[in-house]
Amino acid sequence: MHESGELGWGADLQGGEPYVYESPTQPGVIIGFEVEIAEALARELGVRAKFHQNDWSNLIPSLERGDFDLALNGLEDTPARRARLRLSRPYFVYGETLAVRRGSQLHSLAELSGRRIGTLNQTVAQELLQAQHAEVVLYEGQQEPYLDLSQGRVEGVLLDHVIADRYGCAQPGLSCVKQDLARGTYVIGMRPSDAELATRVDAALSRLIESGELRRILEHWRLWDARQAELSARAPLPLPSTSSAAVAPLAPVSAAIPGPAPVPAKQTISRAQFGLFFQGALFTLLISVCAFALALPLGVLLAVVRSHGGRVSRVLATAYVELFRGTPVLLQLYVLYYGLSSLVRLGPIQAAILGLGLNYAAYEAEVHRGALAALPRGQAEAASSLGLSRIQVLRHVLLPQSLRIALPALTNDFVALLKDSSLVSVITVVELTKRMTIVAVELRDWVVPGLLCAGMYFALSFPLSRLSLWLERRYQSA
Amino acid sequence: MIRIAGLHKAFAGGPVLAGIDATVAEGKIVALLGASGSGKSTLLRCLNGLETFDAGTLEIAGFSLKPGAHDARTLHALRAKVGMVFQEFHLFSHLSVLDNITLAPRIARGAARAPAEAHARELLAQVGLGERAHAMPRELSGGQKQRVAIARALAQGVSVLLLDEPTSALDPDLREEVREVLRKVARGAHGASGPGLTILLVTHEHALARELADEIWTLAAGKITGISRPA
Repeated sequence: MHESGELGWGADLQGGEPYVYESPTQPGVIIGFEVEIAEALARELGVRAKFHQNDWSNLIPSLERGDFDLALNGLEDTPARRARLRLSRPYFVYGETLAVRRGSQLHSLAELSGRRIGTLNQTVAQELLQAQHAEVVLYEGQQEPYLDLSQGRVEGVLLDHVIADRYGCAQPGLSCVKQDLARGTYVIGMRPSDAELATRVDAALSRLIESGELRRILEHWRLWDARQAELSARAPLPLPSTSSAAVAPLAPVSAAIPGPAPVPAKQTISRAQFGLFFQGALFTLLISVCAFALALPLGVLLAVVRSHGGRVSRVLATAYVELFRGTPVLLQLYVLYYGLSSLVRLGPIQAAILGLGLNYAAYEAEVHRGALAALPRGQAEAASSLGLSRIQVLRHVLLPQSLRIALPALTNDFVALLKDSSLVSVITVVELTKRMTIVAVELRDWVVPGLLCAGMYFALSFPLSRLSLWLERRYQSA
Repeated sequence: MIRIAGLHKAFAGGPVLAGIDATVAEGKIVALLGASGSGKSTLLRCLNGLETFDAGTLEIAGFSLKPGAHDARTLHALRAKVGMVFQEFHLFSHLSVLDNITLAPRIARGAARAPAEAHARELLAQVGLGERAHAMPRELSGGQKQRVAIARALAQGVSVLLLDEPTSALDPDLREEVREVLRKVARGAHGASGPGLTILLVTHEHALARELADEIWTLAAGKITGISRPA
């Protein structure tokens, strides 16, 4: 930053209001309390702040790669992050807020054991819930967990009060537990090697706190509350804790100033993580097989209707194919799971199977339409001239031949589906790829989990391509 | 018995059949000669219901067909009596020789497998392919394929056989084996056991027409321009 006169800071616009987001009235302009903090910091340091958009779940890897100097986006102070990064003094105090459906008796962490509770991936809340042995459902955006809570897909949502206040507590039918279930702080993440920058950032933050500038920013965003009194504490705040003692007091707790971040011991994949990988692979296989079992017959039906149906049904089948091929499957999954949740209430797995199945049916329809068109016209005429009905001609003469023609494309599509099934993590299904990213973040290593994940995909898809070769040969020599 | 009266048929490009009037008595063999595009094949396809026609009437094997779309039940019944053989054979490539022949009897007529297969084997023996029941179509020569196609067309016990240029797609040296089968089928038509098969043969082979046919019709521009009886 010294050479360029720029202070690069990374955050995810998807995190939304009030953190860092695009102004609804001025597209392209980025606003939020963290934007103002970044700019205030840059002013204190005599440089310009430069924003870098970065997917939140990859914020730390990108920081480590050197994409920017500061990770400034609701980053919670945790032991793991202290071990990995240089963390600034806190700029915000948050409370873990439990949202439940109105009438629910849940109101403490201990009660969440075994319950299905939603939160965001890679948060302190996730760790707290896992420590309580709750069934954790992970989301990527902050609106979806509350939607699912309303729909009864989870029993509670544990998230920072900033998110809960804005996205959850005010929802009809939901209420939030009054007292914080735990408390923690947002800090700025920096590379361990940037010792000098860290010192200057801490000094600048201190000046912002003492001058009241930070308070002014937080008040501007209606974020200033009693919790923020802890910010002016000279000493670092305690780590979030599940013990009841750490939750109640608002008073600063003194703790030793952490020295330079210790180099953590290299972790390896544990037996339990390995088991979870297998579980993820099974989910991937289950979803893919079921989705394809839906896509194949539906695709054949669509193809038959398109090539042999009446005018109206042909138009409908064509519309189906164009709609599902012409829009992203990710969008379709969102619409199916969140958008239509008031009409059809589907579990994540059912929605994943249905969404992928309906989408792939459109592709299978095209494959089969092409295969049917590739058959010589005389096949259908010869069969008709022998007295077979239209349905019998299709069933006994055309489809058996077109399926053989389509076979290589079908196998290809199934392998593609196997990999596309990783998209269903957006509707909270933890399949193979999602498991890989979770483990990679835990281990701070993308190589070993990545190779393991790739190996499992390969183990699933390779036998398939062998099977397809064998089938092709069998049909040719039969 | 086939009776054709005032048959008209036009495609987008213009008239193909421009008023055909003719009769074929039961058990007779008629050969249709004429240049490409004279309407021979279209006439044959009308007789099997593969094409509709615009005006006139058709009576064939006890059914009468009218202009416009035919209903599915009439076609289903008609095709049990009227078999068709195509220039390009059109064997079902995914089925064995035996299954090609038994498909329609079993699926369209509800015959049981064993009697259908027994009958198919008899027909295969007649066309000289008794040994190839389990071969796949791609393993056969063109001449063999056409012989299977003839057996397939006969398998439902038809009374009328329509042959659309059955030798035209074959190399000259493969035509004789099909001609030989056609002679055999024609002898069946003229057999001692009373009038049998009525046959319409579209062909370019004048010699074959003269050899087999009771009557030769010459078509030009969608009309019958001459009927002759070979000596």
